[in-house]
Amino acid sequence: MTESEVQRPKKALAPVKWIRSNLFSSWYNTLLTVVIGYLVLTSIAPLMNWLFLEATFTGAEPSDCAGEGACWLFINQRLNFFIYGFYPDDLQWRVDAMFILLAVAFVPQFIEGFPARKWLGIFGLTGLPVIGFFMIPGGLFGLEPVESSKWGGLMLTLILAYIGIIASLPIGTLLALGRRSEMPVIRGLSVVFIEVWRAVPLITVLFMASVMLPLFLPEGMSFEKLARALIGITLWQSAYMAEVIRGGLQAIPRGQYEAASALGLGYWKKMGLVILPQALTMVIPGIVNTFISLFKDTTLVLIIGLFDILGTVQSTVTDPAWQNVAVEGYVFVAFCFWVFCFGISRYSQNLERKLDTGHKT
Amino acid sequence: MKNQNIDSRPAGPKPWYDPQVRSIFFQIVAISLVFWAGWTLVDNTLSNMESRGISTGFGFLGESAGFGIIMHLIPFDATMSYGRTFFVGLLNTLLVSAMGIVTATIIGFVVGVARLSTNWLVAKLALTYIEVIRNIPLLLQIFFWYFAVLRNLPSPRQTMDVGDWLFLNNRGLYMPEPFAQDGFGLVYGALTVAIIGTVALRRWSRKRQLETGEIFPVFKVGVGLIVGLPVIAYFLAGQPLQWEIPELQGFNFGGGFVIIPELAALWVALSLYTASFIAEIVRSGILSVSKGQTEASKALGLPANLTLRLVVIPQAMRVIIPPLTSQYLNLVKNSSLATAIGYPDLVAVFMGTTLNQTGQAVEVVAITMAVYLTISLLISLFMNIYNRAVAIKER
Repeated sequence: MTESEVQRPKKALAPVKWIRSNLFSSWYNTLLTVVIGYLVLTSIAPLMNWLFLEATFTGAEPSDCAGEGACWLFINQRLNFFIYGFYPDDLQWRVDAMFILLAVAFVPQFIEGFPARKWLGIFGLTGLPVIGFFMIPGGLFGLEPVESSKWGGLMLTLILAYIGIIASLPIGTLLALGRRSEMPVIRGLSVVFIEVWRAVPLITVLFMASVMLPLFLPEGMSFEKLARALIGITLWQSAYMAEVIRGGLQAIPRGQYEAASALGLGYWKKMGLVILPQALTMVIPGIVNTFISLFKDTTLVLIIGLFDILGTVQSTVTDPAWQNVAVEGYVFVAFCFWVFCFGISRYSQNLERKLDTGHKT
Repeated sequence: MKNQNIDSRPAGPKPWYDPQVRSIFFQIVAISLVFWAGWTLVDNTLSNMESRGISTGFGFLGESAGFGIIMHLIPFDATMSYGRTFFVGLLNTLLVSAMGIVTATIIGFVVGVARLSTNWLVAKLALTYIEVIRNIPLLLQIFFWYFAVLRNLPSPRQTMDVGDWLFLNNRGLYMPEPFAQDGFGLVYGALTVAIIGTVALRRWSRKRQLETGEIFPVFKVGVGLIVGLPVIAYFLAGQPLQWEIPELQGFNFGGGFVIIPELAALWVALSLYTASFIAEIVRSGILSVSKGQTEASKALGLPANLTLRLVVIPQAMRVIIPPLTSQYLNLVKNSSLATAIGYPDLVAVFMGTTLNQTGQAVEVVAITMAVYLTISLLISLFMNIYNRAVAIKER
């Protein structure tokens, strides 16, 4: 255990030799292997039983969940609520269409050499939010309006995380530029803004957005609860985004700044044409990582009374019709989040490895 | 010809092309924008509050609160002031943060080292732990521990117990509470003497080691002193401690010391969640120490445990400290999720109940944010001081 590196098994090694060197190399490793192996083996069987073998998957009503295992029937029956919240059944095709567009824009990003990958990504960051703005709330082009209090479930979680990232990108970029500005006033304002938002928990920001924002606005002007939460999340997230982008700006060698100035480019042209394209590409892994943490943090909105995916599950596990389904509900939500976050973090790790050849001084 | 050309040009660029002038102009614009925005906000807020009949100022802090809090480290009851609720909440936040930081650090270091174990099973188990825990939202984990695990414990009447003095049920973990009697001062005195003695011993042994090379087992002797002396003093003074054993009174337990389930759930979830991040930080820190360092210390004849303690860890700490600091800050901020399960932390008590009862949104939110800002700055300050102590000293 004192070794500073994991000994990777060589391919040529015979299995027996591999087992000996990786599991039974010394007396305490043998002891560890035996104890941990025993614990893992004895816990896997009941876990599998509960998860699959004795679990109830199909049925019509709560009483069908009579077995010892998990009651997946509960998830099955409430899936519609967990995905769409209170969104009207006959209008859910609009949400489905957005899900598909989202997948079309972002899934290719995981596939090496997919045609027009870059353009799909750019569409995902620019065109998609515009389409979503018309599709989800409706009210224009003959689409029936659906008020935001009816949105919920996985759909709301994705909306919060997605808009939070999209909106915080430009604000974060401006703040990062401000923090590296040579004008003391601009720099000071950016530093104060970034540090204050980063120091406070998201909950206080959400509370502030839901309690204080109405007081800040002129009389007669008001936002819905969802919009208030989004404003809070965006401001909070842009402070984190600014720090990520600042990291990229600092990693660009001085020569690039000087070369751009020597070409006679003004500040905005220098930043927009030379520095930012390089810096933003470099920090894509960082942006993806902040997206993952924002995605997990969106669950907090249930505290101010919005029904994200955890909120919908939390509100149904206390339903008296279903007895003791809390664990199933939480496992379901955990699985959803885990698939998203693990997949995206793997992607960002790959990207990091690929971009690692960049600027090294 | 050439000269004429230069002479006919103005002496400098036009003022609106001068970077200095531009910079001053933009800064003035920025300041006026900020002031305008701030003034508008204040103006709107004041007129809104007036129209809703909310008074301003901090006078409400002195008024009687009129609500109870399930857990308070300082005496509190409903007749006490809103100002007092602030301190009760703040102390609860600090308590769970401190507990979480200690356990998360321990678990994180253990898992981080286990991740690098030569034992395949241990390494994979650590990897699984890290990848599962850190990809699941913290709030969900808190809910899981609170609603799915602790709420399903037996009721106080069917309590689980160890002997007749430790009780675990869905109202919390009940333990005997010690009360110091006369003569307990002797134990404190012995403890102070033992600590001073250990520090002195350490100085002396280090000096001796530098001079003669002989090693004195400071750690073992020190532990013996710090544990042994107070124990001896305790029995000499005639066991001046009285234990209050929790007892079933009606539907619930009374007396003794209790860890409420809200605190336990929050503590477990915060520790496990933050530990998964700390483990990765520890791993990358240890990996950052080049192999040559380990080999050199082995070549010097240092045994494995001393290599780790004297060579690898001090160098790894330089890499570990900065990201570890931000994890501690995250933990403190995440402790505010307490409000979701009803643990009375600062946000739940002050920004929740007190704000709802008084309606003083601006003051309460400002105070709460200021507190978190202060805590963040303080932790950063302490960790920076520590970081400076372990950072590479360039000579």
